[in-house]
Amino acid sequence: MSGTTIDHVARATPPKVARRIKGLSDRAIAWIFVAPTIFLLLAINIFPLLWTIYLSFTNYRANRPNAEVSWIGTRNYERILGDADIWLTMQATAHFLFWTLVLQVLIGFTLAWLINQKFKGNDLWTTIIVLPMMLSPAVVGNFWTFLYQPQIGLFNYVVAFLTGADPTSFSMIGDVSLAPWAIVIVDTWMWTPFVMLICLAGLRSIPDSIYEAAECDRASKWRQFWTITVPMVLPFLMLAVLFRGIENFKMFDLVVQLTGGGPGNTTTLTSIDLKREAFEKWRTGYSSAYAIILFVTVFGLASIYVKALNKVKER
Amino acid sequence: MSKFFNELFRLRRGAWEMVASILIALGVFMLMQPFALWAFSSAFFVTLTGTVMFIIVSHFPEGE
Repeated sequence: MSGTTIDHVARATPPKVARRIKGLSDRAIAWIFVAPTIFLLLAINIFPLLWTIYLSFTNYRANRPNAEVSWIGTRNYERILGDADIWLTMQATAHFLFWTLVLQVLIGFTLAWLINQKFKGNDLWTTIIVLPMMLSPAVVGNFWTFLYQPQIGLFNYVVAFLTGADPTSFSMIGDVSLAPWAIVIVDTWMWTPFVMLICLAGLRSIPDSIYEAAECDRASKWRQFWTITVPMVLPFLMLAVLFRGIENFKMFDLVVQLTGGGPGNTTTLTSIDLKREAFEKWRTGYSSAYAIILFVTVFGLASIYVKALNKVKER
Repeated sequence: MSKFFNELFRLRRGAWEMVASILIALGVFMLMQPFALWAFSSAFFVTLTGTVMFIIVSHFPEGE
């Protein structure tokens, strides 16, 4: 008698079950294995999505479950898309998304390139650099509020040291023009290591032989960088942008902890606004329409992005 | 350019995916631009059209 895992499983199967399975085709057995996953996907992803689409056409309020729900057509969508406050929220999100992606890609790639140069202690530096992304966003938001304090905050004193300005003359999270940059700085500080790690994986996957061949052809370091390093790291970089883009589009915890969406509505990102509509004002139908607008936007962007990524990988 | 229009007329994936991608990108830009409220108001329609179109045309046959 053999002692492989399959034999153990076969012996452990009760005869009654074994008799039933014996008559099934491979296809049927495959369906039995896949069915629980499909069922969970339908229950957790597809059904809530369809239900949200339905609710977006109604005036349903979750805090009034017994109230009559009436079909109001596209009125929720019309109200959202005509609301100047939501327009400002979208602009705040765009500002946050654009600058965090630009800074994280530039700094992340530079750090990865530096770490990839073989020097003593680069493992230690990698560990130190990735520390911020291991912290909880709530903790990061909390301690950056202290760093941004005009009276005692270290950030203000560093800026004052570099520029000669009075440290108490500006407040990063209290000033309307500085607050959007305050959240960009914190997100960049926290998530640049993630982009760096992905870029580092890309850089380390480039075989040395390609650079050696380029050296033989007398290609300069600059040319090697643009014709070997950048094209070969590009798919990794695009993946990092995709992950960070989707994450930052739904950024919530860090910003709530840091600024609470203020001052005024200058740092109210769409996810914060959506949460207020859904769970503070309890306008469930309205917020469902809001969520569908965001979903279609992210889905559309992700579709063209994945297509671009596949094209880069094919090259 | 003529190849692009040729692919469009022959319902080939590449050209139609390009049109859908442009619509999605335009819709997202309209949603987040700070210049005109009317563009924000019609952004969702443009993005939705592009996204649905993208899903449909990704099943079209590949061009040569």
